[in-house]
Amino acid sequence: MEAVFLSFILMLSIFLGFELISKVPATLHTPLMSGANAISGITVLGALVAAGANNSEMATWLGGASVFFAVINVVGGYMVTDRMLAMFRKKPTGGAA
Amino acid sequence: MNLSAELVNFAYIISAALFILGLKMLGHPDSARRGNLYSAVGMALAIIVTLLADSIVSFEVIALATLGGTVVGALAARLVAMTSMPEMVALFNGSGGAASLLVGWAALYDEILGTSAPSTFILITIILSILIGGVTASGSLIAYGKLSERMTTAAIVFAGQRIVNSLILVGIVGSSVMFCLEPTLGSQWFWVLLALSLVLGVMAVIPIGGADMPVVISLLNSYSGLAACAAGFAIGNNLLIVAGSLVGASGIILTNIMCKAMNRSLANVLFSGFGAAKAATKVEGEVKPIVADDAFLILEAAQSVTFVPGYGMAVAQAQHVVRELGELLEKNGAEVNFAIHPVAGRMPGHMNVLLAEANVSYEQLVEMDDINPRLPNTDVVVVIGANDVVNPAAREDENSPIYGMPIINVDHARTVFVLKRSMGSGFSGVDNPLFFKENTRMLFGDAKQSISALVAEFKS
Repeated sequence: MEAVFLSFILMLSIFLGFELISKVPATLHTPLMSGANAISGITVLGALVAAGANNSEMATWLGGASVFFAVINVVGGYMVTDRMLAMFRKKPTGGAA
Repeated sequence: MNLSAELVNFAYIISAALFILGLKMLGHPDSARRGNLYSAVGMALAIIVTLLADSIVSFEVIALATLGGTVVGALAARLVAMTSMPEMVALFNGSGGAASLLVGWAALYDEILGTSAPSTFILITIILSILIGGVTASGSLIAYGKLSERMTTAAIVFAGQRIVNSLILVGIVGSSVMFCLEPTLGSQWFWVLLALSLVLGVMAVIPIGGADMPVVISLLNSYSGLAACAAGFAIGNNLLIVAGSLVGASGIILTNIMCKAMNRSLANVLFSGFGAAKAATKVEGEVKPIVADDAFLILEAAQSVTFVPGYGMAVAQAQHVVRELGELLEKNGAEVNFAIHPVAGRMPGHMNVLLAEANVSYEQLVEMDDINPRLPNTDVVVVIGANDVVNPAAREDENSPIYGMPIINVDHARTVFVLKRSMGSGFSGVDNPLFFKENTRMLFGDAKQSISALVAEFKS
C-alpha cells in the first residue's frame, strides 16, 4: 500500500511541476534552474537520517558523505541563485538596487 | 526534544508548500528573489525538524559534514564569476546526484541489516536512486569539464559507441536483476551496478558538443530531481518525492524549450554527435571589414540599435562595455535593446544573467520571437560573439546541419556589424553566410576591445 501511496504523490507532484514552470520567461531560466537545483538538495533529509541513526558504521559514513554533498548543493544553490537574482533590475540605474 | 513522526510530516507539508510557492514566484523577475527565499526557508524548516526527530541519535558526523558542505557551498557560490555560472550549476547538480547515490547506498545497509527481508519494491527504488544519482554525478563532472574547457568541448564520438552504450544498459539491467535475486552486502553485482552507473553518466555526456550544452545542463538538472525522487521512494520520505519531482519536471520543461530552440529532438541532441552529419553548401564570397572609426559614424546616425550577444561575449567578458555603449547610444537618441536567443551561451538564460550583472534592465532584453518582426526596421544590429543563432543558413540552406533552427534574423536589419576575433566557423563548425551578405560589416578583433574603442569614440 505504501508503494501506491508514494506513487500517487509522485504523479500529482509531476503534474504540479509542469503547471508551475511552463510559463517562466527566458530571462529567468538560469535562476530557475539553479533555484530548482537547490531544491533537489532535499536529499539532505535522507542523508541526515542515514548519518545520524546509528544503524551501522558503514551507513553512518555513507550518510555523512551524502550530507556533505547535499549541503553543498543546498547552500551553494540557494546562495548563487540569490546572488543572480539580486542583479535583475528594472531600470538601468547606476548601482543602487 | 524528540518530535513525533506525525509532527515531522506535518512540517514537511509546510516545506512542500513553501517550495511550490517559491517556484511559482521564481516565474517573475519582481518576485523571484523572494520566491528563492521562501524555498530556502522551506528547506531550513525541513532540515531542522528532521534533526529534531527521534530517529537521529548521534550528531558528530552530521555536524562535521554540514560544516564542510556549508563552507564549500558558500565559498563556491560567493566566489564564482558570473561567466563561469554554467560550470558552477553543473557541479551543484553533480553533488546533488552524488548525495542521492550515497543515500540509496546507505539505505541498502539499513534494509539488508534490518529485521525483515527487504521487499523487491524497496530494492528497485534503491537501485534507481543509485543509478540516477550516479549518472547525474559523473555526467555533471564531464559537463563541468566541457564547460570549463578543462577537456575538449567537441563531441567525442567513436565507432561502435551505440553498441558500447547498449552493452552498458544491458549490464545495468542484468546486474540489477541479479542483485534483487540475492541482495547481500558483499554482492559483486552491487559493485558492477555502481560502476556501470558512473560509466553511463560519462558515456551519456561525452558525445554532446559544446553548443548543445544548454540541453545537457537542463537535462542533468532534471535527473538530479529524479534522483532525489528515487531516494525518497527508497527511504519512504514524502517530501523528497514531492521536491524531487518538482525539480524533475522543471528540468524537463527547460530541456524541451532548449530542444525546440534548436529545432531538434532530444534523441537527436543526445545521440547524434552534432556537426558530423551533413556537409553544408560551401559559402563563397568576400567579407567586408570595417574599422571602429567607420562603425562609430554609422552607429552615431542610427535611430535604433539591437545587440545580439552570444557565448563570445561571455568569453571576452564584454558585457560591461556593451552596457556602457548601449547607454551612450541611448543618450544619443537611439532606441537600444538586446535580442536574446534561447540557446545563446552555454546554459538556459546565460546571456540574461550576464547582462543583468552588467546592470542592463531586464525590460531591455527581448526574446527572439518578439525581436524578429522588428528587425527590418532596425538601423544597426551588433552581433557580439554569436554565430549559429544568427546564421541565415538555418533558413536558407537545406543542407546545413542547423537547417530549420529558429534564428534571430539579423540579416533583415539595415546594417549588421559582426564582432569577431577572426574568420573561421563557429562552435558547431558550420559556415555562416551572414558574413558575406551585402549589409554585413565585419569588425575584427577582441569583442571587448572593439566595443571599448567605440565607447571611446562616443566620449571624445
